[in-house]
Amino acid sequence: MADAAAARTEVRPMPGEPSAWQQLKVNRNWLGFWFMVPAMAFLVLFLVYPLGKGLWMSFTDARIGREGRFVGLENFEWLSEDSDFIRALIFTIVFTFVASAVKFAIGLYLALLLNNNLPFKAFIRSVVLIPFIVPTVLSAVAFWWIFDTQFSVITWGLVKLGIIDRGSPINWMGDPFMAQCVVIFANIWRGIPFIAITLLAGLQTVSPSLYEAATLDGATRWQTFRYVTYPLLTPIIAVVMTFSVLFTFTDFQLIWAMTRGGPVNATHLMATLSYQRGILGGNLGEGAAIAISMVPFLLAAIMFSWFGLQRRKWQQGESND
Amino acid sequence: MTTTAGTDLKNPAASGVFSRSAAKDDHSEGMSYLESLPRKTVTVYIPLFIIVVVLLFPFYWMFITSIKPDQDLLDLHGGNPLWVSEPTFRHFYKLLFESNYPTWLWNTMFVAVCATFLSIVASVLAAYAITRIRYKGAQTVGGLIFLAYLVPPSILFIPLSTIIHVYGLFDTPFALILTYPTILIPFCTWLLMGYFKTIPYELEECALIDGASRWQILVKIIIPLAIPGLISAFIFAFTLCWNEFIYALTFISSNPNKTVPTAIVSEFVDGDVFRWGSLMAGALVGSLPLVILYAFFVEHYVSAMTGAVKE
Repeated sequence: MADAAAARTEVRPMPGEPSAWQQLKVNRNWLGFWFMVPAMAFLVLFLVYPLGKGLWMSFTDARIGREGRFVGLENFEWLSEDSDFIRALIFTIVFTFVASAVKFAIGLYLALLLNNNLPFKAFIRSVVLIPFIVPTVLSAVAFWWIFDTQFSVITWGLVKLGIIDRGSPINWMGDPFMAQCVVIFANIWRGIPFIAITLLAGLQTVSPSLYEAATLDGATRWQTFRYVTYPLLTPIIAVVMTFSVLFTFTDFQLIWAMTRGGPVNATHLMATLSYQRGILGGNLGEGAAIAISMVPFLLAAIMFSWFGLQRRKWQQGESND
Repeated sequence: MTTTAGTDLKNPAASGVFSRSAAKDDHSEGMSYLESLPRKTVTVYIPLFIIVVVLLFPFYWMFITSIKPDQDLLDLHGGNPLWVSEPTFRHFYKLLFESNYPTWLWNTMFVAVCATFLSIVASVLAAYAITRIRYKGAQTVGGLIFLAYLVPPSILFIPLSTIIHVYGLFDTPFALILTYPTILIPFCTWLLMGYFKTIPYELEECALIDGASRWQILVKIIIPLAIPGLISAFIFAFTLCWNEFIYALTFISSNPNKTVPTAIVSEFVDGDVFRWGSLMAGALVGSLPLVILYAFFVEHYVSAMTGAVKE
């Protein structure tokens, strides 16, 4: 046995000498590796490495043009007493929660409307998606103008309708609370098409015969929705809402284009605050710490929308069958 | 969604009466024949109309603003601000001939095309390896790539900016061309994996028996069959590039290297009260290429969006 094994290992290199190269070309694992190289190079160099570096920077006092030295949790301690940071954190959570909830409600409603038999259905669907394809910054600029303090068309409309007096226009972007409402509105406006169209794709896979059966059994419209549509839609809702929450929580461009965090820092999200402190203020370490402190919230939000909805799906399957 | 008890009572009865005749008719219509026109108007058309108007109003307002003469812009109460009596193309003229706008447009296009191309090449290879070569740990790598999709640029831009400085890429288009693929590759790979899985494995086996290498299989069999998927990935990736803001804002500082979104926000905002016209014209022209692309490939676009979610 031992001889045979030894002989085999001895024999192998003989044709193996040229085939070591052959091996790299034919072996499944090596071949897979070569095919993965470009994608992995990009992701490691510009995603994994910066992520690690960001984590490290959040524990240093790095500034622009100077490598920082390790300061432990000092950045985070400093931030936990910073009222601007706390404010941004609270607003980010409120922003994400309110915007996601409303986007989901209206998006689902719009998907249900579009799922009807409509004339020019394809056309209406393409029109609905336009807010999503137009770059966020450019539509944010339009909202900035729509809600301009002096020349707002909304104010004009409200005056014409007699709701407010021309002498006392609403200070949309100047008043902290109004500005917060406006950015939330703009985010909802931008997010609805994505949710509606993806949910519509989910709705179209639901067989009409299920609705017929439910109707024959005397189900009301609400019951049909609650016990037929909704359970079949839960997996796709889970994914869509996970993405929606994620992108809402980390939003940057909408706020930056509309308010830059103002008035009096009322509309700062964590991402914009991190940009202001890290890049404009030059405190890279502090900026990185703000960015890193988004991670636990992000994970929690993903877990919540993912597992929360998955479990419900499982429960439904359990109770129905 | 909420209906009165009266109509609910009618529905089962009506379907009972009509279902026999309807069964032979077009099934795709479902039960919509039960809906009378007035009722459908209230429950479907009116809400739909309101939502569509709200979704489209900003674009209308952008357009109206961009063709308004300056004095009309600041005089809301003089006439009807929703209409223009004397349209002017002065804002567009100023934008295209008296500013750096064409350069910014070109930068955006250049960066978007290069980044998308790089990402598609890397993603095709990665997706093929994960779905078809199935090397050891392919499933795990697929999962990791999906996780990469969930890492938002907002938490990466600060460390990336230092890395860009170290590599000497700061304020060059390559800073963007090389960083955008991190956003695009996870998405494109995931989308293409879905497409590759639908291609029958037998085709590949035949080719292997005929002595084709993996590379030949990919180029001569898989890619031609996955063209619709590639178009979807390309369009969606291109849109994402065009839309990207935070990296462009952080890594590019000089005026002639800017992309349209960052230039619009920083270069037109100069305290000038008459900026609105050119600002809106700039936003409109900046959106136009995407809207045109989208108009031609709506179906691909929708399938990219929903495909990535369904996986």
